[in-house]
Amino acid sequence: MSSYLIRNAQILGGAAQDIFISDGVIREIGTDLTGEADVDIDAHGLIALPGLVDLHTHLREPGREDAETVLTGTQAAAKGGFTAVHAMANTFPVADTAGVVEQVWRLGQAAGYCDVQPVGAVTVGLEGKKLAELGAMHDSAAAVRVFSDDGKCVDDAVIMRRALEYVKAFDGVVAQHAQEPRLTEGAQMNEGQVSGELGLGGWPAVAEEAIIARDVLLAAHVGSRLHVCHVSTAGSVEIIRWAKAKGWPVTAEVTPHHLLLTDELVRSYDAVYKVNPPLRTAEDVHALRMALADGTIDAVATDHAPHPMEDKECEWAAAAMGMVGLETALSVVQQAMVETGLLNWEGVADRMSHRPARIGRLAGHGRPVSVGEPANLVLFDPGYRGTVIPESFATRSRNTPYRGLELPGRVHATFLRGVPTVLAGELVEPGELA
Amino acid sequence: MRHLVSAADLSRDDALLLLDTAEELAQLSGRAVKKLPTLRGRTVVNLFFEDSTRTKTSFEVAEKRLSADVVNFAAKGSSVSKGESLKDTALTLQAMGADAVVIRHHASGAPARLAQSDWLHGSVINAGDGTHEHPTQALLDAFTMRRHLNPGLGHDLAGRRVTIVGDILHSRVARSNVLLLNTLGAEVTFVAPPTLLPIGIENWPCEVSYDLDSTLAKTDAVMMLRVQRERMNAAFFPTEREYSRRYGLNGNRMARLPEHAIVMHPGPMVRGMEITAEVADSPRCTVVEQVANGVSIRMAVLYLLLGGATLADTPRTESPETVA
Repeated sequence: MSSYLIRNAQILGGAAQDIFISDGVIREIGTDLTGEADVDIDAHGLIALPGLVDLHTHLREPGREDAETVLTGTQAAAKGGFTAVHAMANTFPVADTAGVVEQVWRLGQAAGYCDVQPVGAVTVGLEGKKLAELGAMHDSAAAVRVFSDDGKCVDDAVIMRRALEYVKAFDGVVAQHAQEPRLTEGAQMNEGQVSGELGLGGWPAVAEEAIIARDVLLAAHVGSRLHVCHVSTAGSVEIIRWAKAKGWPVTAEVTPHHLLLTDELVRSYDAVYKVNPPLRTAEDVHALRMALADGTIDAVATDHAPHPMEDKECEWAAAAMGMVGLETALSVVQQAMVETGLLNWEGVADRMSHRPARIGRLAGHGRPVSVGEPANLVLFDPGYRGTVIPESFATRSRNTPYRGLELPGRVHATFLRGVPTVLAGELVEPGELA
Repeated sequence: MRHLVSAADLSRDDALLLLDTAEELAQLSGRAVKKLPTLRGRTVVNLFFEDSTRTKTSFEVAEKRLSADVVNFAAKGSSVSKGESLKDTALTLQAMGADAVVIRHHASGAPARLAQSDWLHGSVINAGDGTHEHPTQALLDAFTMRRHLNPGLGHDLAGRRVTIVGDILHSRVARSNVLLLNTLGAEVTFVAPPTLLPIGIENWPCEVSYDLDSTLAKTDAVMMLRVQRERMNAAFFPTEREYSRRYGLNGNRMARLPEHAIVMHPGPMVRGMEITAEVADSPRCTVVEQVANGVSIRMAVLYLLLGGATLADTPRTESPETVA
């Protein structure tokens, strides 16, 4: 394993320092380090952050390898500065058994670009009827701690209560996709001014908020950890803020796209803007930014959802929901949170690495950038300005809402336990991951 | 203007030009030979993904009166029903040299998607998309209103009060009408139970009322929208009879209208639901007239989009062919 001397990196945006890495561990931090390294990296002007952790991705394997594979998905993750991603359970077959979660975990290990932590389904087949074997998934090689029926809501209050209670036995957490199903039948976009004008079925904010309100009460009642996926409305933020003020064990995430985009974009009927939960209003975007800034929302999670071209290049109602997000996440957060003065780089490290790692109970990730810690690092160039070119992505899919948009910042290098997965902005070849 | 996707695409001048052109073209229907050579050699495709007898027939008659080559491409029985995408259908029509595509689609936004894509180079004419818009219906409605309420070329509908009653939430007719009527200066009031009004309606350029009776006395044209019986099952209203009592137009209610006011309906009517037979068959009801006007309006749309002509270029004398 090579050793690396990273020169003049601004750790969490602080003063420039050198970082010496060998055998997968941060060995030394200081100015003008003199140790001998196999590779020197000039990190002048670059910010060093702990490797990013994503609580919410769809890697599509097994089943939809036309959209993404664990290999291409983790390559995209590495290019985005991530060293660990959670892979949601809505694959084919569904990740509702120890066998499937172990398969996904092993695919991640084999790919080598990023740790893949499978999320187990809460219920068999994501059908919301019968608990999946949560204990078996936890006891498997994948050691699952986050359980979610993401894409579908665990809408039955009794099933949700039991799941929350049951996972306490192994310090698990239920990550809820909050969507009241009856209120969202035929839903195509945020219900509001724009949906009314466009004649598209509405997805009302209350359908998210009603489930979150119920779930925080359930979590408090049974004393279990609840995590709320992709919070998208100002009302949801208020409920979570209230639950946290009560001291209840509730955490929440927001996607980069909900921090930047609004439902006005749907006026184009371009299905690249179709996502679940839907893009909301400018007031919601503002509330989400404030909540991420003050810690009410704990984490940024991409909800990276690759889809093949044909599932987006069609009429709105027929299109699939979701956006790719791994390779643009940090840039969007820089634009929405850092350049607006809402979050400094220390805050970014907290919301994109420390806290998500803690929620997922991921050992070795989300650690401080300090001596003796595993060398999971990203070097980010915040001064870079470039246009988003989907064709340059590592993900197999191209369904990004940022095509042609100028976004700040670029990942220069990513290290996974001391091994570079990205250098000078380019993926390291699979054979060289050692 | 290349496409007609939304009534919002039309400026006041555009709208008046269309109405005036339709007025000129309407004279044709009085002749023994109802044909103009304007679109000879041009191909117009009627691409209907949703069943429609009236609109499709109306477009077809309009196209034929302008001598276009008409191709009917029904989604049923074609490759579309075997899973062909909108894109591939469009590319196919492009390859066949369609100069215009008249599209009816069950998905809101499908015509907008076609118009913005580079799949087709011809004009896209929206013949009704989902619960979004139906601009030629709004044009024929405005044409009918103008004839009754402010007749004359170049006239608009300034100050005329139009009441639209029924399932606004699911109505593409209501959406296109409110846009076009505002462009033409009319004042629009929607009357419906609150369940059948879209969220955000308070920001639309119209008044909203839950009470039909109080609105009728201040109405120059009342437009009754069809209410589908299946809405009842989704709890939009309790029963057919209750809907009819509160929001249906019967003889007593019609008597509250000012003397000059007209009763309109885009069809198909559900007699006994939103409109009684007494009203539907009364001389104030313009349903049949609207159908005839639909042909003139669709001719005007095709004429102006495909011919690229202005009203001044409209042939005022009969060409040899139409005489022959």
